Parts: sequence; C-alpha cells; structure tokens
Amino acid sequence: MEQPSSHIRVKRADGVSLVEFADRKILEELSIQEIGEELEKLVEGEPGIRLLLNFKNVDHLSSAALGMLITLNKRVKEQSGQLKLSDINRQIFEVFKITRLNRVFDIHETADQALAGFRA
Amino acid sequence: MHRSVPDEFGVRDGDLVEIVLPNDLRAVRPPEEQIMRELLQRRYSDECRFAIRLALEEALTNAVRHGNRNDASKRLRIRYHISPKRVIIAVRDEGAGFRLDRVADPTKQENLERPSGRGIMLMNAYMTKVRYNETGNEVWLLKERAARAKPVSRK
Repeated sequence: MEQPSSHIRVKRADGVSLVEFADRKILEELSIQEIGEELEKLVEGEPGIRLLLNFKNVDHLSSAALGMLITLNKRVKEQSGQLKLSDINRQIFEVFKITRLNRVFDIHETADQALAGFRA
Repeated sequence: MHRSVPDEFGVRDGDLVEIVLPNDLRAVRPPEEQIMRELLQRRYSDECRFAIRLALEEALTNAVRHGNRNDASKRLRIRYHISPKRVIIAVRDEGAGFRLDRVADPTKQENLERPSGRGIMLMNAYMTKVRYNETGNEVWLLKERAARAKPVSRK
C-alpha cells in the first residue's frame, strides 16, 4: 500500500512489517519528519508491531535521522512491539558505532537474519 | 571576533569561495551539491566524501536551527576551499554563538536515547579538525586527504 510521494515502501510477510526507504540519502529535515510520521502511523496502527527497517538503499543519513529512529524505537517499545534494522552498509554502521547507537538498536546484517530474530 | 580561517588550516581568506544564503535547509542543497561535485571531480575518496557530506550537513543544520533559530530572515555564510590535499569549509550563522563546554556528551548512557545533540560529536569524529570562532557562530571544518581516512571511534 503506497501513497504517492511516500518515502517508504511497506510489505507484510509472516506478521512482520518490512520497510524499505525510497530515498538514498536520509538527510533533509522535511523528509526525515515525513518518514518519522509515516513510520509512526504504522506503529500506532498495530500495537505489538514487528517492524523491520531495511537500509539497503540508504547511503547517507544525518544525526536528525538518528533522532527520528530513536523516537521511533521508543514508540515501538511503548506499544510492546519489536523494531529491527538490517542491511546497514559499512559507512552508515560506522555512524551508529561512533554515536554508540549500535547498542540502542537491534541491528542485523541481513533482513533474513532479522526476520529469524523476531520473538513470537 | 576573528573572521579568518584558523592559521593551522594552511590557507588564506582570499583562497576561499564564499556563498551567502537565506536561512533555509532547502536553499543550502545546491551549494552543498556543488561542493560534493567538486570533491568527486578532484577524486576525493568515497570515504572522504561521506565524511564531508555528513559533517557539512551537521554544520548546516546546527546553523539553521540553533544558530539562526530557524529564522527565515537570517542568513548563512558558507566559505570553502578545495585543494588536492585538503578541504576547508566554514559555516557562519547570525546568532549569538554558543558555549562548546556546555554541550552534553551524547554517548554517555544518560544521553544515549536523546533524539538530538550528536551534530558536534559527528563533526569531530569525521573531520581532521573542527574549530569555532570566539563567539561560536562560525564553525571551521578541515578534512585532509589521507591515505586512510578513517573516522575516530571510541572503544
């Protein structure tokens, strides 16, 4: 189900919401805000959501994007859901490590590994 | 209030290209892309370009949101210089400045889940040098083209 000019693509598989990003660069404040809102809608619409964000198309992000992800992570937890991130490239993963956010998020190398990791 | 490039950066004020822009994160896209294109033309590595784009993005966001307080009537001044050996970029806002020593460490446990506060830390990690003018409304970024341009990460 895609909206026109949506920043994300959502698929469902085995009770998991799989999200990919349409933008290669998650830098612009307006886009980040819109992405945050789209993801929040998904989360609010499904308490206990199992949400996987696949970063395979992403080659840049800013600290504002990290902030959006942190807020999302909190929201998912509040709703007793699970959030996982996957397919983060080496450079972007370095950003997560430098900011120590690799300890805050549940990050998997591949989407398959992430899917296997969701609790029932 | 010194308006000059820090001495240790190794270039003169006259070597810098200057761009003045309205305080709008959309207005900064074209000059940012221009700088990135030049870096590509000058064959700066993917690693370097990633680092510069990230640091520049953080510097611009800080200037627009914090320095100029999202005031559309304010302006930004970008100055830059790209040479075979180094890249220097300065971003100046029209704000009153800030105190670097008052900025919290975003990697401390108690700050880790705050949604903001990582811009300065990322600039420091990815650039060779980061300097502020005395007032604190201008940041100078230096990136040297090195054999191995790895960002500094804490263990």
